[in-house]
Amino acid sequence: MKHLLSTRDLSREDATLILDTAQELLAVAERPVKKLPTLRGRTIVNLFYEDSTRTRISFEAAAKRLSADVINFSAKGSSVSKGESLKDTALTLQAMGADAVVIRHSASGAPHLLAESQWMRGAVVNAGDGTHEHPTQALLDAFTMRRHLGELDGKNIVIVGDVLHSRVARSNAYLLSTLGANVTLVSPPTLFPVGIETWPVATSYNLDASLESADAVMMLRVQNERMNASFFPSAREYSRRYGLNAQRVAKLAEHAIVMHPGPMNRGMEITADVADSDRSVIVEQVTNGVAVRMAVLYLLLSGSQTPEAIES
Amino acid sequence: MVASAPNMARQVLDATDIKRAVTRITHEILEKNRNSDDLVLIGIPTRGDELAARIAAKMSEVEGKTISFGSLDITMYRDDLRMRPARGLEPTSIPEDIDGKVVVLVDDVLMSGRTIRAALDALNDHGRPRAVQLAVLVDRGHRELPIRADFVGKNLPTSMSERVQVRLSLTDDADDSVTITGGEE
Repeated sequence: MKHLLSTRDLSREDATLILDTAQELLAVAERPVKKLPTLRGRTIVNLFYEDSTRTRISFEAAAKRLSADVINFSAKGSSVSKGESLKDTALTLQAMGADAVVIRHSASGAPHLLAESQWMRGAVVNAGDGTHEHPTQALLDAFTMRRHLGELDGKNIVIVGDVLHSRVARSNAYLLSTLGANVTLVSPPTLFPVGIETWPVATSYNLDASLESADAVMMLRVQNERMNASFFPSAREYSRRYGLNAQRVAKLAEHAIVMHPGPMNRGMEITADVADSDRSVIVEQVTNGVAVRMAVLYLLLSGSQTPEAIES
Repeated sequence: MVASAPNMARQVLDATDIKRAVTRITHEILEKNRNSDDLVLIGIPTRGDELAARIAAKMSEVEGKTISFGSLDITMYRDDLRMRPARGLEPTSIPEDIDGKVVVLVDDVLMSGRTIRAALDALNDHGRPRAVQLAVLVDRGHRELPIRADFVGKNLPTSMSERVQVRLSLTDDADDSVTITGGEE
């Protein structure tokens, strides 16, 4: 594994190795010294072309806990606003000796471009590209589910909401089915992407019908910034048919958990009382995110895969 | 040209020898540390943790009270991470606050000393023990760092081309044994 671009690239063994490694790294947060010397002297660049709070902070915390040097780059206030291309930015980073680049970009496929080009040699980690994928989010979701539900084989995971614009849904759909879970996507017909029938998931337009057998319910954010057409009549109608409220939570099995990748639109896809209830693992997802990203950075950066690097 | 000799496996310790060694190490640890209240046994996976559990069990039997033990994964502290493919981690469980305690590190084979160097660094991030001692089942020499063991099950002079293989019942699902393979004629 040289890059982490998509959960479709992960075999079951790869995914399990990342989750098992994260399990051990979670304990680092409990220790007196919350730092490991593993990536000392490595440089990780957070290249964020799109706004983000938790993902960027999470990657930064993960890199710092592994003793890597972190350079944060956000498109705002950089040469990107002067019109610098991705290629030139990548060449700059290569010249500065970046060992890994964590990239978030509004264009789907930007991380692939960076990884496949010869512009830079470091590892590329996709931190969300357009409406395509967000693999570390899916990994931390799977990690959180595994902690609450045990192994995911045969577990029923319901993912609800704006599937069309959601990179989280896509990454989760592939990862969770690789791990053996049954994934059901629930969304209004207008918010399913074209080609959904080729995904390894079941689909439904009816949230209530899917709740009883669910082991975990993941609510997706309604992405207002990407809503450039009328996908549903009104926020109120969406919220009534596809929002998670206390009545719907009452239908869930006792062990079932409620998840949300954040940031939440409280009152839209999830009501405040559900988000703050003891069924909700939303805050824990953030904690687990750091451990999962530490695992990813460790596995991508620590070893050397090439024989010539061993000799040098 | 002479055909290379077949890789014969020589067994150096059997299950009884290992049991005796564990018993002796247990008594030596108790002899050196009069007060067993402060003792914490910490094994280095994958086989040191099983040995630590055995020594702790034996010690609890001798002392008539429970001696705590744990495991400490040192992967993230290794000095050769950049030269080998990334590997998965082993469990770490430090049983209690180790500040002011006497920690006995337990490993199966001591050679270069680099594992123990890493373990000392790792331990440092978990607290400040009053003292750290080292118990190993086999010391095969070839030290690359100024590190020595306080308690040794068996000193086993070997050549660099030989391989020492320790098998323990829980970890390896086989009878306890220590064997040497390889080596030139």
